[in-house]
Amino acid sequence: MKDIQKTIVQPDPWAELKTYTAARIALGRTGTAEPLDALLKFRLAHAEARDAVYAVLDQQLLLNELRSLRQAAFVLHTQAANRSEYLQYPDRGRRLNEKAIARLKAFNSTGYDICLVLADGLSATAMNNHTIPVLKLLLPLFEKAGLSVAPVCVVQEGRVAIGDECGHLLRSKLVAVLIGERPGLSSPDSLGVYLTFHPTPGLTDESRNCISNIRPEGLNYQAAAEKLFFLISESLRLQLSGVGLKDNGNANTLMC
Amino acid sequence: MPYRHTIQQHTYNFDTLTTLLAKASPFRSGDALAGVAAADYKERVAAQLALADVPLKNFLEEAVIPYEQDEVTRLIIDSHNEQAFAPVAHFTTGQFRDWLLSDEADPVTLKKLAPGLTPEMVAAVSKLMRNQDLICVARKCEVITTFRNTLGLKGRLSVRLQPNHPTDDPKGIAASIVDGLLYGSGDAVIGINPATDSPDHVATLLQMLDAIIQRFNIPTQSCVLCHVTTSLQLIQQKAPLDLVFQSIGGTEKTNKSFGINLALLQEAYDAALTLQRGTLGSNVMYFETGQGSSLSANAHEGVDQQTCEARAYAVARKFSPLLVNTVVGFIGPEYLFDGKQIIRAALEDHFCGKLLGLPMGVDVCYTNHAEADQDDMDNLLTLLGVAGCNYIMGIPGADDIMLNYQSTSFHDALYVRKVLGLRPAPEFEQWLIKQGIMNEEGAVVPVEDRHRLLQLIN
Repeated sequence: MKDIQKTIVQPDPWAELKTYTAARIALGRTGTAEPLDALLKFRLAHAEARDAVYAVLDQQLLLNELRSLRQAAFVLHTQAANRSEYLQYPDRGRRLNEKAIARLKAFNSTGYDICLVLADGLSATAMNNHTIPVLKLLLPLFEKAGLSVAPVCVVQEGRVAIGDECGHLLRSKLVAVLIGERPGLSSPDSLGVYLTFHPTPGLTDESRNCISNIRPEGLNYQAAAEKLFFLISESLRLQLSGVGLKDNGNANTLMC
Repeated sequence: MPYRHTIQQHTYNFDTLTTLLAKASPFRSGDALAGVAAADYKERVAAQLALADVPLKNFLEEAVIPYEQDEVTRLIIDSHNEQAFAPVAHFTTGQFRDWLLSDEADPVTLKKLAPGLTPEMVAAVSKLMRNQDLICVARKCEVITTFRNTLGLKGRLSVRLQPNHPTDDPKGIAASIVDGLLYGSGDAVIGINPATDSPDHVATLLQMLDAIIQRFNIPTQSCVLCHVTTSLQLIQQKAPLDLVFQSIGGTEKTNKSFGINLALLQEAYDAALTLQRGTLGSNVMYFETGQGSSLSANAHEGVDQQTCEARAYAVARKFSPLLVNTVVGFIGPEYLFDGKQIIRAALEDHFCGKLLGLPMGVDVCYTNHAEADQDDMDNLLTLLGVAGCNYIMGIPGADDIMLNYQSTSFHDALYVRKVLGLRPAPEFEQWLIKQGIMNEEGAVVPVEDRHRLLQLIN
């Protein structure tokens, strides 16, 4: 079967150019069409991205792992009741539902340095795969530096701005939202982190800093944890986040 | 001014023309998100029935955003050509729809009419039309522009070669350019979305593109899609800049959110004209638009997203662009939810732009959180080919590895050219034949592994 296909397909004599880019070049063709091989590879990548959008946070896994890290946690839900609402009404993913607000208020926080929020965003797959490995590296750094960490907020149907409300209600100096990024064909499980100093509902993107593309094929766990710890320390020291906070002067990697 | 329509003793009231336009718009998620959509199917048709009776003249008297408040409204009203408008001045919106589809509205008549039409008029009539109406009328409009080749001729379909790379690696970009050229793409423009907007960085990419175009004597133009202020700075620094790019919107506030206004665009347009880099013509601007951008910037002023989009074309029209394209499915499902909405929006945008006299291209695309896939894109691509779209995007394997969305591939362009008998821009077509990439019949031919384009890298 494969051999027959090879004789039908017109290959492109520039396959070696693939070493320079991950773009889908030199696919060859049959008539004007992509060969089936390329078509099915594309379809698989799209399937992974689509499944990531509709994936669900593995609450049990996250809670068990957090427990083993001696980290308390809340499971919270936004005002977006389901994925369809989440996709069509972005604002509902930016506010906690009443039950969630009541829980955080009833906790009567006495204040923390850091509040960590784990939100599904557009890829719960990213959250399920990469959050715990990052936290395993990050939490010991906080402990060593004597920074206090609020109970972790695990948020379903959450967008980046949900961190502002969580951090505010838990009276935290800073919030870091770990969230699944919009899946690309080559990156269905990319994790992003957004930092905000002095979180308050209503803040916009210019008051945040971002680290993106955290996954083994992108920014690896160790590098991500170190970068995040550096930014958090700097943010707490300078008492700000957003444009004023630079990662060794390299602003481009910071602002998203 | 209030509008109304009665269906079986139930009277539907619409307080303003803005409300009427919004409620008459075919359903899309962005209008629901903005809270301006019709409450149900019947109210939508009632609005369309009422809209059909609105005289076209009303659109000149009742602005959807006040004249005093918005420079795009001022541009629309102040640049309106009464004389060109005269042949249709007595029509209602409904009569205008019927007339557009009649044989009386031939290509020459429509071309003369364009300066007499406002965005609101064409947006309104589009809301009364079915997809086949939008295709049929757009097909009659021929909008030709020139820089180093001739774009928009009947029977031609051009392609923007989009060789994006996540880190702008020159060899990575060059690899995609070679791939695209050898597949017959690149006549509309070779256009890179840069990873960062810094002037030095953009200048490096411009020099690289200029060198490729010169070395192989390619009858096309290049563009690095940076902010207009960056382009202005690069023009002063004498960088080899062919086209000035900018994203634009249909309200003053939207444009403000993009960091631009009409005066700034004028300044960039004037500056680009002084370079005189075009060999065949001086259309030096490249604009991108897309339904939902105004709502996204919180700047829609209660106007539905399709009318906002048409108003962006008034901004484009002022600067005689070489290329305009609506990046229709890029914005996400909160504005256009699925394949059906993306296809409808693309046909509306192409129709409205063409009727207003713009060289419309469409980025036939979607993101992974939209309810769409390659089959939807195949449908839309084929419809746009029939409608006479000026150009589409060409991306290796339809997968943009920098912007993380899916568009159309070099293969897709070959498909639509083949099934509809469309050819590249004439100068570029001749170049492809001379390079041994395409034959006289318009089919791509296998190239040798020592082809000179393959010597670009290494």
